[in-house]
Amino acid sequence: MEEISRRHFIRTASTAGFALWLGVSAKGNPLKSLDIASANFSPYILIESNGLITIYNTKPEMGQGTLQSFPALIAEELEVSMDQIIIKQSNGEKALGNGQRAGGSSSIRSNYLPMRKVGAAAREVLIMAASQRWTVNIADCYAENGRVIHRPSKKSLSYGELIEEASKLELPKEPKLKDPKDFKILGKVSRRQDIPLKTCGKAEFGIDAKVENMLYAVVERSPVFGGTLKSFDATEVLKIPGIKKVDLVERIVGIYKYTGIAIIGNSYWTVSQARKKLKVEWDNNGHDTFNTVDYENHLRKLASEPGVTDKNIGNVDSVKILPKNTFEAFYETPIIAHHPLEPMNCTAHIVGDKLEIWTSTQVASSITGSAAGDLHKQVGFSPDNIKLQNKFIGGGFGRRLYIDYIVEAVNVAKLVDVPVKVIWSREETTQQGPFRPMTFSKLTAGFTEDGKLSTFQHKVISPSYFESIQPDFDKKKVDSIMVEGIAEQAYEIPNLRTTYVRANLHIPVAAWRSVTSSTLAFAHEGFIDELAYQAKKDPMDFRLELLSKQSDSKKVLLKLKEVSNWDKKLPKGKGRGVAIWEFFAGLAGQVVEVTHNKDKTITIDKVIAVIDLGEVVNPDNVNNQVEGAIIMALGAATKPGITFKNGKTVEHNFYDNPLVRINETPKMEVHILTDGGKVKGVGEPGLPPFAPALANAIFAATGKRFRKMPFDLKTL
Amino acid sequence: MFFTMISLNINQKLYEVDADPEMPLLWVIRDLVGLTGTKYGCGVAQCGACVVHLNGEAVRSCITKVSRASGQKITTIEGLSKDNDHPLQLAWNEENVPQCGYCHSGQIMSAAVLLRENPTPTDEDINNAMAGNICRCGTYPRIRKAIHLAAEMQKKKGAEK
Repeated sequence: MEEISRRHFIRTASTAGFALWLGVSAKGNPLKSLDIASANFSPYILIESNGLITIYNTKPEMGQGTLQSFPALIAEELEVSMDQIIIKQSNGEKALGNGQRAGGSSSIRSNYLPMRKVGAAAREVLIMAASQRWTVNIADCYAENGRVIHRPSKKSLSYGELIEEASKLELPKEPKLKDPKDFKILGKVSRRQDIPLKTCGKAEFGIDAKVENMLYAVVERSPVFGGTLKSFDATEVLKIPGIKKVDLVERIVGIYKYTGIAIIGNSYWTVSQARKKLKVEWDNNGHDTFNTVDYENHLRKLASEPGVTDKNIGNVDSVKILPKNTFEAFYETPIIAHHPLEPMNCTAHIVGDKLEIWTSTQVASSITGSAAGDLHKQVGFSPDNIKLQNKFIGGGFGRRLYIDYIVEAVNVAKLVDVPVKVIWSREETTQQGPFRPMTFSKLTAGFTEDGKLSTFQHKVISPSYFESIQPDFDKKKVDSIMVEGIAEQAYEIPNLRTTYVRANLHIPVAAWRSVTSSTLAFAHEGFIDELAYQAKKDPMDFRLELLSKQSDSKKVLLKLKEVSNWDKKLPKGKGRGVAIWEFFAGLAGQVVEVTHNKDKTITIDKVIAVIDLGEVVNPDNVNNQVEGAIIMALGAATKPGITFKNGKTVEHNFYDNPLVRINETPKMEVHILTDGGKVKGVGEPGLPPFAPALANAIFAATGKRFRKMPFDLKTL
Repeated sequence: MFFTMISLNINQKLYEVDADPEMPLLWVIRDLVGLTGTKYGCGVAQCGACVVHLNGEAVRSCITKVSRASGQKITTIEGLSKDNDHPLQLAWNEENVPQCGYCHSGQIMSAAVLLRENPTPTDEDINNAMAGNICRCGTYPRIRKAIHLAAEMQKKKGAEK
């Protein structure tokens, strides 16, 4: 028994019997609990002998729907319906592996087959166990609704009854997956179990954590980035009833360390009022001369530097292009904030050498993990002594890939012996970063005498993402994130060169939904449109001519052409624009239709999106995600970004850093391509094509070309 | 800052809280009463995540002093219906509206007043009534659809009576 228990089973406290864990190895193969001690093992199914089936969602839920989509992949193959199982959100438990993170639109694109294999392998051993118990031909047995059934005799056994025998069987290496035509869950619209909780106020987000004897805290931080503390006087603060303590705390964001002053008291209101009495002097260290206007001029000057080569295809220098056939353009985008609607927050409690955390994070396994960049290193706790309760995430968009607010809250908790909840105000969430960096793009292209696009150069000038997070980043090298995807577009251009010019910046920068594709697609696809115009070709035809070979991009464009009625002429004053973008997260294209109104404003009449997924789990959810991505992209393209004056963030809150509202939402139509091929992501790909498609539509309607975000749609 | 006992009627239940009368109703509801369905988003009446009903009217609890709510009838998302079965809640579930879900308490509370005042709102009515509620995930098309659906459900329910 000892031997079996160690090798195959995990005894659970809840049952007297056996429990079978099944999971997946780092290579994507299904594994049993045999390897549970290995870091490469992530169990996802727990079947107990009392019949309970639990499926773990290891991808933190931030609105992308993994609480439905992730278990759906397993349940489909395991032959259980979603309401027969308990779906649990994981909390960074070591036994559940180090892949408990959500980002890069990866939940489904990385797990579509591995998760199905886990479910299928479990189904196969359960069927085999039943056939052995009954000593019948395995071909006469099948699984349905959480039971194995013997077809001729109609007798059946529940999965729970078969667990003991099933756990002793070898897992099949290549379990047989279901034929998609038999799918009951995948590809169908199905309910997300988090939705009812989100309509009655019961869904608990990080900010809702309730812990007994909890105190509240706010942290006063330097308004100037790079400012350090000179002195502070909390005498008046401490006189306020309910204030317990005022002391220094550290926040770490990538390579940056900031000292702030924590004010701890009995309610959020008390501490946020009391902080007004705090006297504090910061040393700005010369950073109070930093202004966005100057920095943008600096980036424009840097455009003349050669930069470091990223990709070189063909040889742009060897082709002779006449000056009249050479075209150049310069594109600019702003720094922006993530603005999840749930402000940053974290509750932490320290008892001796043990740390407990309640928060919402995209990277659960970085909180409890033992890797170099994980929380334990930054706060000085053993990873074994860190416990996490990851709540619903009130918006991630990349902001909650960073654990700075958790590090800071743990440091606040070190000051008291009770739990303490740190809440950032909206202003702090807007102003303190990290931010999406801006990118400036210098584009150059040349046609041969016979009108063929022969050379294309895209030089990105921007601060560096990796420099912001990696202390040992080699500044002479290309920051691959900052040139993301631009050399990988499917266009067949014989000579292509992409280069990068790094600009110093002392402000932390971060990934934002769709990362640098959120800005580079605008420059790249805007310029392609300019080239179509120079070549006197229709923008759709021009692109398709550059896609002679079969590719997913071509497929998306052809579908777009069809569903947008591209060839149907629009009345005067209206315009259509197209853009596509393929990058690590996936592939989508959009056609935007606009009207140029008599009062010089632009109305967006319609956005038609095509997203190529290869396979789809829940089309209804994809639709929701793509629409959301378009709305987010509309905000980024048309609303003011984040700016700095005298070293401080100028914008404060939604009144001066607005987001798109319901009355500004355009009509949208989403088409999903699911005809096999590479499985691609959902959350981000809807974003990059929007801004260029809009700019291209505005050009078609007005003749005015936007090369700088945000676009002013009121004075055209 | 001084503290005083304030009595509140929230979701037809009486609460006595020891609070600064200046304290926004939002923080009283969340931190002192412990009902966390009402959300903090901006603190300055810009996003609508904190909308509750005060005597049936939608107010932004982040800028409403608790002293103003004392003795009045307060309804939060937890008190909108008994079993998550207000037509709007049913419609929100039917249309799978939320993504992250953080703003939707406020969205539903704003929409509930709209539907009561205007049982058959047009798209434009919805835009006007709901423009004060931000959804960062961009679920606006579904919010609109769900409000129309709730309006239909409400109409049917009325006809049955």
